[in-house]
Amino acid sequence: MKQFTGFLRKEFLHIFRDPRTMVIIFLLPIVQLLLFGKVINNDLQDSKIGIFDQSHDNTTREITSKLLSSGYFLLGAELLPGDDVEDVFRKGKVKMIVTFGPEFEKSLERDGHADVQLLADASDPNTARILTNYASGIINDYVKKEKLQNIQLPNQINTEVRMLYNEGLKSVYMFVPGIMAMILMLISAMMTSISISREKEMGTMEVLLASPLKPIQIILGKVTPYLLLSFINTLTIILLGVFVFGVPIKGSFIFLMAESFLFILMALSLGILISTVAPNQMVAMFISVLALMLPTILLSGFIFPIKNMPWPLQILSHAMPPRWFIVIIRNIMLKGTGIMFVWKETLILMFMTFVFIALSIKNFKIRLE
Amino acid sequence: MISIHHISKSYSDVQAVRDISLEVKNGELFGLIGPDGAGKTTLMRILMTLLIQDEGTASMGGFDVIKDYKKIRNMTGYMPGRFSLYQDLTVEENLNFFATVFKTTVAENYDLIRDIYIQIEPFKKRLAGKLSGGMKQKLALSCALIHKPEILILDEPTTGVDAVSRKEFWEMLKKLQQKGITILVSTPYMDEAMLCNRVALMQKGEILDIDTPQKLVENYTRKLYAIKSDDMHRLIQDLRSYEKTDSAYAFGQFLHVTGKEDEVEATEFENYLLKKDHPGLQVFDIVPGIEDVFMELLQEQ
Repeated sequence: MKQFTGFLRKEFLHIFRDPRTMVIIFLLPIVQLLLFGKVINNDLQDSKIGIFDQSHDNTTREITSKLLSSGYFLLGAELLPGDDVEDVFRKGKVKMIVTFGPEFEKSLERDGHADVQLLADASDPNTARILTNYASGIINDYVKKEKLQNIQLPNQINTEVRMLYNEGLKSVYMFVPGIMAMILMLISAMMTSISISREKEMGTMEVLLASPLKPIQIILGKVTPYLLLSFINTLTIILLGVFVFGVPIKGSFIFLMAESFLFILMALSLGILISTVAPNQMVAMFISVLALMLPTILLSGFIFPIKNMPWPLQILSHAMPPRWFIVIIRNIMLKGTGIMFVWKETLILMFMTFVFIALSIKNFKIRLE
Repeated sequence: MISIHHISKSYSDVQAVRDISLEVKNGELFGLIGPDGAGKTTLMRILMTLLIQDEGTASMGGFDVIKDYKKIRNMTGYMPGRFSLYQDLTVEENLNFFATVFKTTVAENYDLIRDIYIQIEPFKKRLAGKLSGGMKQKLALSCALIHKPEILILDEPTTGVDAVSRKEFWEMLKKLQQKGITILVSTPYMDEAMLCNRVALMQKGEILDIDTPQKLVENYTRKLYAIKSDDMHRLIQDLRSYEKTDSAYAFGQFLHVTGKEDEVEATEFENYLLKKDHPGLQVFDIVPGIEDVFMELLQEQ
């Protein structure tokens, strides 16, 4: 036991004396969460639009105020006859221009139809599509509610849309579980594999092996600090998610932590496995980034939906531990489900952990070769 | 204490050691002498249970290096060739760490390391990576001694260390030997061979000879000359092309030269070289050292 605590003390000294390690462990999670949550935002909010109102009647004014009070749009420019539309776009201030034709209200009442033109800056196609969809939705909604109240159309089908579990379609709800998976992978797997392979590179592993320390003591001593730190990070990310981004935890908090613990164990055993293969820190880092980080980001369904991937990648995504973890986390946090609904994913993670540990034990050498 | 029987070991394409047998007696200071690639490190790693030999058997203190590796790891102190302590820990932290790893404390075995540790104690708060070469080796030796080992295995402990520290280091080894510790040490420096009780001269994975350094030198019966001139480069070429020269090697400022059949007199070399117009020529007899023995053995190969 004293051997073990001595080893732990040494490991913590390594961690606290290396500024790079400290940054990765304590700063990176927060910065990444804030980045993904705030800056890289797929949500539409306060997009500037231009209004070109040629009729200035009640209806156009009401539609305009509906658009601007929706929270999605801000008035960026009011165009006058003779203004060049392209000029306005080129200045880059507005993303969309709403043009009402002349005598809008009159023609709507007289002929039953009127023209609104939505011009969008499609140099960013995603934004352009979302902007026009939102705007036409708001305009149709207005016309239906305000103008067609008294008219009964035959065989009308109304679609009522409600976004369950994430009513506001906030992308941060997606990012928090994804970032958690990514950070835990990074800290647990990459940092352990690097710290073990550093001993190999510096030659200190030779002394450790020649000492009476058992392999299991070396591994546990290496892993325990990162287990603790990863756990602290999980808490930090969840707290930031809840208090800064308003992500709910509808399910059991204890259950959430238990699942995170399982995922950390999985990542740690993966880290040990990498270190048994990698002869030095560079290789360990390379394997971690290439084999862990990129797949975590690209193939776990965290950013790109798995359903949209070509089928070979879909099959490959089954082997990505974060894929299952993200499903579990989303279920617990957003849907409030318990073990009954995520037992399959939990079992898969347990199985992966078991395989990684078994392989690491098989690969760990009590000698130099 | 250490016995090695017909040990062979090869890596994928290199034969590192070939059929090596030797015995190190209890309390002996034994030296493995040879250049890089002689197989010293491989042999030591096999003894330290860090590598498994392809053929042969070896035991330390009666324990087999493969079967009883755990016992051996408990009773030997090891200093690898590269500085293998934690550079980001202080002197004190390193020592404490190795003490706990071996289930002991610094205080418990302070007697053994006092003479060595006292020299680095003023720097105990300094990071190990910031120590000088000589200091690093003293710290590494302290760490290797912290658990009172019966056998000490030191792989080139004085490589990259200044001359004064090297001398101090060997004095420490002598003191440790007096305390009853069996020491196996390797070195590429021939002058250090004279400080060992017995040495094994190694080359390309094989042992050329094993004996006390004094005996090895005594057994060297050839006539040896030291020759010097102002143009050393031309001197060695001229001597090697002379039909009566057997060998000519550069040793510091002089060339050590032997003649064929040992009948060549100093005057013969002198006359030959004077004809070749060598300015500042000096030729005289010298007493052979262990290096000359080594060179001779190499040539016999």
